[in-house]
This record gives sequence, structure tokens and C-alpha cells, in this order.
Amino acid sequence: MKKRMLSILLSSVLAASVLAGCGGGSGSQQAAEPAKEEEAAEEEAAEEPAADAEGGEGKVFNIYCWNEEFKSRLTDHYPGYQEVDATHGKIGDVDVVWNITPNQDNAYQNNLDQKLLAQADAPADEKIDLFLVEADYAIKYVDTDYTLPIADLGITDADLSKQFQYTKDTVTDSNGVLKGVSWQGCPGVLIYNREAAKEIFGTDDQAAIQEKVKDWDTFIATAKEVAAAGYKMTAGPDDYYRVFDFNKEGRSVQDGKIVIDPSIEKWIEVSKELYDAKAIGSASLWDEDWNKGFYPEGKVFCYFGPAWLIDFSMKAEDEKSIAAQGGWAATAGPQGFAWGGTWITAAAGTDNPSLIKDIILKLTTDDEIMKDIVVKDNDFVNNKPVMEAMAQDQSYSNKVLGGQNPLGMFCEGAENIAELKITAYDQTFTEQIQAAMKNYFEGNATLDEAKEAFFKAVVEKHPELSY
Amino acid sequence: MNGKKSKVVEYNKWGYIFLIPFIVVYLVFSFIPLVTTIYNSFFENYRAGLTQIGPNFIGLENYKILLSNPDLWKYLKNTMIMWVLGFVPQIFFSLLLSAWFTDPSLRLKAQGFFKTVIYLPNLIMASAFSMLFFTLFSNSGPVNSILVSLGILKEPFKFMTNVWSVRGLVAFMNFIMWFGNTTILLMAGMMGIDPNLFEAASVDGATATQIFWKITLPLLRPILIYVMITSLIGGLQMFDVPQILTNGNGDPNRCAMTLIMYLNRHLFSKNFGIGGALSVILFVITGLLSLLVFRLQYAGTDSKPRRRAHD
Repeated sequence: MKKRMLSILLSSVLAASVLAGCGGGSGSQQAAEPAKEEEAAEEEAAEEPAADAEGGEGKVFNIYCWNEEFKSRLTDHYPGYQEVDATHGKIGDVDVVWNITPNQDNAYQNNLDQKLLAQADAPADEKIDLFLVEADYAIKYVDTDYTLPIADLGITDADLSKQFQYTKDTVTDSNGVLKGVSWQGCPGVLIYNREAAKEIFGTDDQAAIQEKVKDWDTFIATAKEVAAAGYKMTAGPDDYYRVFDFNKEGRSVQDGKIVIDPSIEKWIEVSKELYDAKAIGSASLWDEDWNKGFYPEGKVFCYFGPAWLIDFSMKAEDEKSIAAQGGWAATAGPQGFAWGGTWITAAAGTDNPSLIKDIILKLTTDDEIMKDIVVKDNDFVNNKPVMEAMAQDQSYSNKVLGGQNPLGMFCEGAENIAELKITAYDQTFTEQIQAAMKNYFEGNATLDEAKEAFFKAVVEKHPELSY
Repeated sequence: MNGKKSKVVEYNKWGYIFLIPFIVVYLVFSFIPLVTTIYNSFFENYRAGLTQIGPNFIGLENYKILLSNPDLWKYLKNTMIMWVLGFVPQIFFSLLLSAWFTDPSLRLKAQGFFKTVIYLPNLIMASAFSMLFFTLFSNSGPVNSILVSLGILKEPFKFMTNVWSVRGLVAFMNFIMWFGNTTILLMAGMMGIDPNLFEAASVDGATATQIFWKITLPLLRPILIYVMITSLIGGLQMFDVPQILTNGNGDPNRCAMTLIMYLNRHLFSKNFGIGGALSVILFVITGLLSLLVFRLQYAGTDSKPRRRAHD
């Protein structure tokens, strides 16, 4: 009898929870319905709607991205954004929903592709409104009708006049239409460990260290010196990959053929030499060992990266890290380069164009907000006058870099970025060549075998390519 | 007479009704996917970025591409090596443990506790387990730092870039995860053996080893075959452990790339054509190997009853 009662109880609980699941959804939808019209009217009054005669704006604002960076920008700097929980927020009456999928192994792109292809048939509240793209694959989305022209949102060229030209060129489609906007510029620098520099070279002075890394031959010689002192020059060969990648002569896929550029060959050559000399570590980008170098016991001399790497990856929030003690310093390094960058794009079919417009204008053109981003997050923002002013500003200093003001260096770097030689395949190319060459560096494969494996791996992922 | 007949029909009806849930679930989740997989394997059908290519009927082209690629056999070999490396210790320890657990003369205490403990690893998600090992055995991970600080190694050993350490780790993880399960199965088999046989043997003066080899093992054969075939099928479908451990690359040099990992790489571009063809090939391989195991195992027993019939 007892058992029977229990089973009845259990099954009724189960049934109830199923019903509640359904009920919850429809209930909240109903509640949202009347508020929708009110809010729409408000918004129309507040700012001009970009899309013509759109009966009102959506209640749910879906953002697709791959990490917390943009979320923290919006939380900290967008007026009126309220955080609800880890994946939800509110702007006025609009519910902001964060859909965060990690970037690695193209997981973010796969998820996004799936959603974009279904975008036309999705109910308004499930449509993607805004999504972020990275330089490595921006072109794949920008050059389709899945992204809205920025001009259609009501943003003019004059609004974006202060931005660095390359940030616009990168996300301009083949018809010359601008499809995305970024709040950051990504010129890269070499970031070295002050303690290590003092220990090995007796100085952490920027000019002296720059002399030690001024070109690749000097870099290799210095690396061996650093290794002799018990440090690793970099955590792994991937660290300076982006420098060579940026300085490519041509694109990595040309007419459907995968091309290993001479500059990438040079990366392989430099890395093999450093690897064999045990002058660099064997970490892969982002992995456990790579992260260890952000702590004193990791014994890594330098990293390469743009401002977002300093702010976002160097573990400044952990007081045991070198970054928290201001133990890093920046210098130009062997060659100028740019790495990554995040662009905001509006998805075709969005029902919140004016909200997207406002977010773009606030985060990427508003001088005050952009200044705040620099001060609070040490990002390098996409606003020439603001950055040039701040480069001169004695009161600004970067804590992670021990009080150094690196903005002048970044400004110079950003000016020199003519174009990013990107294709839709760059993420796969980068991930696969780094993985394949590791076998060569480790001595598990010859150079030709490693290249063959690399080509195969890319073609597996993109059957339309050949080599 | 009439009444009796109608009753039989009614029972039959209930039999069919009770079968419906299974048939429906089987059709929806097994049979239809099976047929569509085979169907898909004859098409060129993938996605290039956001553009869909195909489906275009190309006959056996996908099979030709796959079978002419020597890598496929390499991945099959990898899979089998890692399976055997894990299965041998697994069956050894499972037999040993289940023999101990079922031997009444040993009077083992706290059996329930030990049975639970050896089964526990199977409850951990394979990916979590793999992630744990990845961290433990990373170049600057705890295992390396212990070995270095004990003076066993001079510098950290790169577990993830050595063919045999990677394969060994995968096999070890599979062994740890599955030996508990196998032990339980074998125990069920051993407890099903008539205790009179054991008693008779010991009365006749057989030693424990003799009892194990001459009575337990032969009578356990059906269960052993079952364990072996299920483990073989599971082994051929090995995926999560090596995938997470090697970051999906199967490195070094794809020596830890299994067939399903290879399949997974094609699914990246939603390449249902090649993916389908690879699945069909895997299906055939699995079928053939299972048949082989079955034949080999029954080869011995088949002859005995026949001989007795002739006698």
C-alpha cells in the first residue's frame, strides 16, 4: 500500500512538473504581451525607429557571442542595462538574453550558423537580434544577407568618423557595404615580465628590452639567453603566431586553394629552432600550461597580444598573478601586428533595430563611454581622438603594466594596420596549423607530414577547399 | 471449443499491444536513422559556410573517397589497439574480482561497499573523467610535478605528445570506467552456475585454480561472449575519452584518432554524405568483428554436443 501511494505521488509530481514547464512559458508570454505595446510606443517616442513602420520593437533581445567580454562591456558601460542573472539582463522593458557558446573548434560558428539558417522561420522572440563576430571569420557572415547594413540601422558615416579605418574595412562586404562596428582596436604589442627582465638583463626599461627583441634574429638570440636563465621566452609557439599571420603576403585561401604563406613558413622555422633549443614552452594557446605563465612560478618571459589580452586573459583579478602586481610591461616587439577584434553586427530579421543602433552608438562612438572603457578595462577603444588624447594623458596608467601608459604604442600600431588579410577560413586555418605543427616541433612528424596532416584537417572541415 | 479459441486470440492481442512501445521507439530512434544514414551516404551533402551544397546523388563516390584513403585503416587500427589495451586488463581484473566475490569460502566482508566502489567510475561522465586526466597529465600538471619532485624524472614528461602514453591513458581510462560494470556482469554469470558443481569438484579434491579453469570459465562462456561483443561494439565506437583528451585532434600524429572521432570531424561541415558512408562502413566492420568473436567463442562448444549426439 505504502509503495503504491509513493508511486502515485511520484508520478503526479512528474506530471505536474511537465505541465508546469509548459504553463510557465505561456504564462510569461501572456504577461509580456500587454507590456509590449506600451514599451514600443515609449521607444518610438524616445528615438527614431530605424526600420520603417515596424509595428513596435521586440520584447526579447537575443545576443549571440562566445565569451563574457561584450557582456561585461554592456553591463558596465551601457546606461540602463541591469543584470538579472548570468545569462539574462534587462534594458528598460526589454529582456536581454545572452547565448554564449565557446569559440574553440568553431563551436560558436556552428551554433550561430544553425540559428541563422533558421532565422527566417523563428518566432520573433527567438530570432537573433545582435551577434558578435571575430576577425577570423567576420567575412563569412558579413558577406551574406544574414547581417544588416549598418546604414540601415540609421547610423551614418559621420557617426563612425573617429574610428580606425581598418576596423571598417574588415567588415565591409564585397559590395562595399559596412556590416559591423567594433568598439575596440587590436594592435598588438610584446608584453614582457619585468621581474624576469631585471633578473636576466638587469633592467626592465622599455627601450633596452625593445633593443633585445627588435627583429626575429635578435629575438631568437635573446630567447636562448632567457632560456639559459631558466625562463621560457614564450609559453609556446602559438604566442607569436599572430605576428607572422598578420604579416602574411597574401590570404590563406586563394581561389579555393589553401596556401601556406612564406610568413607562416617563417613562423614554423623560427618555432622549430626555438623549440629544439628549449627556449620556448610547449603550451597551446589558452590551455592550462599557457595560463601558468601569468603567475611568477610559470617562468615565462613574454606574451604577444593586443589590449584585450592584457585586460581579459592575464588573470589580473587573481592577486597572485603577475598582472595583479603590475609586473608586466609593453614594447613594440619584432614586428607590428594586430590580433582579432570583436565586431557587433545586426542580424537580418531582428525586431530591435533601434536598440541595436543605440548600443552601437553608445559603445563605439560615445567619447565619454569609450574613455570609461579605457580607464576601467584598459581596452584600446576604436576612437582615434580619444585614444590620442589619452596617450598624452599623464593621469592614465595601466596597472597591469606597472603604471606604464601603452596607449601611444597602440595608437601607432593601429595607424599602421592597413588591412587584415582575412578569409572566412582563418579560424580553422589557425587552429589546425598550430595543432599540426606541434607534431613537427615535437619531432613526431617531418615537416612534410605535418603539412599534409594540416591540409587534410582543413579539408575535413571545409570539403569545398583543396590543396 | 469456441470459447477457448477466442481466449487465445485475446491473449495474442495483448502480446502485440505490449510490444508496441518497443517497436515504436525502435522504429523512430533506431530503424529510421539507420535507413536514412544509408540513404544519405549516396549523396554529396554538406555546408560550405552558410551555403548548403547538395544533396546531389553521387552513387558510391563517398565510399570510394573513404576506402581509398589509407587513413581510415589507420584510425581503425588505433581504435582496436586502444580497445585491446583497455579490454585485456579489464577482463582480467573483472574475472579475478568476480571470482573472489562469488567464492563463498573466502567470506569477504563489506562486499556491498567494494562492489559499489568498483562500479563508481562508471557513473562519472566520460568527458569529465577525460578532462580530469588531461589536467593531471598536462606538462606542468600534478603527475609531472610529483614525478619531478620525487626525482624520478629530470624534467616533465610530455604525456600528450607521446604516442603510447596517449593511447595508454585512453586505454587506462576505459579500463577504470568499465571493469566494474564487467565485474557485475560476470558475477551474475558465476552466481548462475549450479553450486553443486563447485561442491562436487571440491569433494573430488580439485584446487581453487582447477575449479576456476575447469568449471567456472567454461560455464561462464555465454556471459563472456556477451561481455566481449558488447565491449567490442563499445570499443569501436570509442569517442568521448580520446576526443577530450586530445582536443579532438587525436594527436600526436593522429595516433589516437578513432573512427568516430574521424566521423565527428566530417560532421563539422554537416557533411552527411561522407559521414553516412563512414557510419555504414563502421556498421559493417562492427558486424563482421562481432560475428568473428561469436564464431570463435562457439567453435569449441559447438562440437561437444554434436559428438555426444553421435555417441
